[in-house]
Amino acid sequence: MWKTGAEIVWEMLRREGVEVVFGIPGGGIMHTYHPRRDYGIHHVLVRHEQSAAHAADGYARASGRVGVAIATSGPGATNLVTGIATAMMDSSPIVCITGQVGTSVLGTDAFQETDTTGITLPITKHNYLVTDVADLAATIRNAFEIAQSGRPGPVLIDLPVDVQRGATEFVPPETGSTEASRPLPVADEASLKQAAALIDRAHRPVILAGRGVHLSGAVDELAAFANKTQTPVAVTLLGKGAFSPDHPLYLGMMGMHGHAAANHAIQNADLLIALGMRFDDRVTGNPSEYALQARKIHIDIDASELNKLIPVDIAIHADLRPTLAQITDRSQSGNHLQWIEEAEGWNEQSKAHDALRQSPDGPPSAPHIIHEIFSATGGEAIVVTDVGQAQMWTAQYYATHCTQPFLSSGGLGTMGFGLPAAIGAQFARPEAEVWAIVGDGGFQMSLHELATLVQENLPVRIALINNRALGMVRQWQTMFYDGRHEATDLMNPDFVRIAEAYGIPAYQATTLESAREAIAETRGLQGPVLIEFEVEREGEPSHVYPMVPSGAALDAMIDRSPVSAGSIAGGRS
Amino acid sequence: MSRTLIATVADRPGVLNRVASMFRRRAFNIESLTVGHTEQEGISRMTIVVDSRRTDTEKVAQHLEKLVDVLDVEDITDRPAILHDLALIKVRIPDKAARSEILRIADSFQAKLVDMCPQTAIVEVTGSESTIDTVVEALRSHGILEMVRTGCVAMVRGETTAEAEVALVGEHTKHAAQGGS
Repeated sequence: MWKTGAEIVWEMLRREGVEVVFGIPGGGIMHTYHPRRDYGIHHVLVRHEQSAAHAADGYARASGRVGVAIATSGPGATNLVTGIATAMMDSSPIVCITGQVGTSVLGTDAFQETDTTGITLPITKHNYLVTDVADLAATIRNAFEIAQSGRPGPVLIDLPVDVQRGATEFVPPETGSTEASRPLPVADEASLKQAAALIDRAHRPVILAGRGVHLSGAVDELAAFANKTQTPVAVTLLGKGAFSPDHPLYLGMMGMHGHAAANHAIQNADLLIALGMRFDDRVTGNPSEYALQARKIHIDIDASELNKLIPVDIAIHADLRPTLAQITDRSQSGNHLQWIEEAEGWNEQSKAHDALRQSPDGPPSAPHIIHEIFSATGGEAIVVTDVGQAQMWTAQYYATHCTQPFLSSGGLGTMGFGLPAAIGAQFARPEAEVWAIVGDGGFQMSLHELATLVQENLPVRIALINNRALGMVRQWQTMFYDGRHEATDLMNPDFVRIAEAYGIPAYQATTLESAREAIAETRGLQGPVLIEFEVEREGEPSHVYPMVPSGAALDAMIDRSPVSAGSIAGGRS
Repeated sequence: MSRTLIATVADRPGVLNRVASMFRRRAFNIESLTVGHTEQEGISRMTIVVDSRRTDTEKVAQHLEKLVDVLDVEDITDRPAILHDLALIKVRIPDKAARSEILRIADSFQAKLVDMCPQTAIVEVTGSESTIDTVVEALRSHGILEMVRTGCVAMVRGETTAEAEVALVGEHTKHAAQGGS
């Protein structure tokens, strides 16, 4: 059948199972928009292209399927860049389709021309400039294959207007693998045996579970491995939910704002088993003081991550899910009672520093608020964070269950991610309760997406943690920059009135009691809602603890002053 | 210490840019990079010489392999191989004595005189890096006016022929088709 490039785009998206795309039209992509409604794919009109990429990313993270963003040439494409880089750092499979000036004027600085494939080259897994409509169908098939295979990532397709307009005989490409497909790496028997031998000999082993556990679909395999070998599990920020927070072997989150038990266990371990994580500087602290007594096993699907930052004893380049099952088979049942007790001791000690133990006189602390959201939703909500203090408090106090994803910009740390990613997540999981937990700084980087929420009538719950500051930078200034708060205090608008101007019901909570009531009340609402929680800007409650200062060893944690009173059990996530 | 990688790549626009961009992004130190066509249409071949004191060759290979247009990467440093460079060297020939001396140097290194003008000559020499370095040293006293070197191209000696390598690439694709993902 004869089809135009524009029609081929939608035909191929439909064949790839795409139900929704996020974007903004413009001169360079109008041709592609034109036939959309004939193909039954829903388009979400966001208010800035960065949000289109974040929403596609949020959709991908919440569904495990490829998210799609569309933008016009020039500024539309450059606005995608932050969202693409975010997806790249966190291995999120998205496909971005951008308009481009016609092939006859490429390279002439035509109106709204930019070198989109050049700009996005280092922040995509791969990108294409399609110059012949006959190549388009196969290119889209390849793009989806590349985005979701191996270590997933973003792929961009740049479409000149004459390619969108031009027509060709449409021949559906074969489904399944393409010329871009690569075989999944497989572990060799010798490495598996060596790994199992190290595991059998270990007395103080710790599993480090990263996002790769989710991406490989290895949550059950991880549980089986940990249970059989009785190995405690620490998770990375994006590894949250890879292991049940209720499990006795769960240590919590590792890293700069990780749980004390996780960091101490890593520093005292004699074996680290790193699964689908990449020893980011935020999880290792000073690498030259990192887990010095530990032998190390590292399994990753990306060979370039092995021995990149932390040298390991056994590096296994393989897909995690089958490999973990193979290692479990080859390992003996373990018994590390003493070690587990030791880890529990660190956890007990840290409880005295838990923010939840402090009874708030004035406004509740952010951890109290996150804990209230956690309690109200039973840990069953899809939680999407922005970046900064609210992100870290949510990571610490929202104990994500294995059944739900935890969405956060980990590698790139992109402020403004929260709200648009929550929009994507809500489309991926229409039935789920989605909470966007954002700070006042990050929220104002994508506040315009309130309009998208209303236009789509999405029941996203926005929890705005307002400390009237760029809190994380301000905390560093307080702690490490002589208390000089340079450019971090914010003069904010009235967020309740802002939300109401968009037609979104809004609440303000200044006490723990009113916070609890607002959370309960808003859970019953059908459409979007915003709750603004006022928290302290000054003093200890305004800081994220524990904290490993930059350049310090992982167990050199600064913590809150201990409190002995209070009886609320510390929630670990 | 130099290490030599051979990358078999798809002959598509922008491949060299992708490779060069990755080297820059990862701060890899490259001594030379050459790219050219192979006997097979659609397939190009890069010879990449890495300064292994400053750059981890294994990381270079791993990052190359992540590029979609890179089909295969092989470190041939420890295999018997021909590693050749080509240089064009323009020298001054003020008099007859200089001319005969340059002819003598060219002759002893199997270099060719590919241009001869009243005042200048161009010497073309092909061979290992050290051969070329030696010729350059020998010609230096005569006044080198201009020089260009192609960078190293390499080929493994013996049974591993170009056909075998292409077959290997074909195998790779077939395996992918079966494995899927």
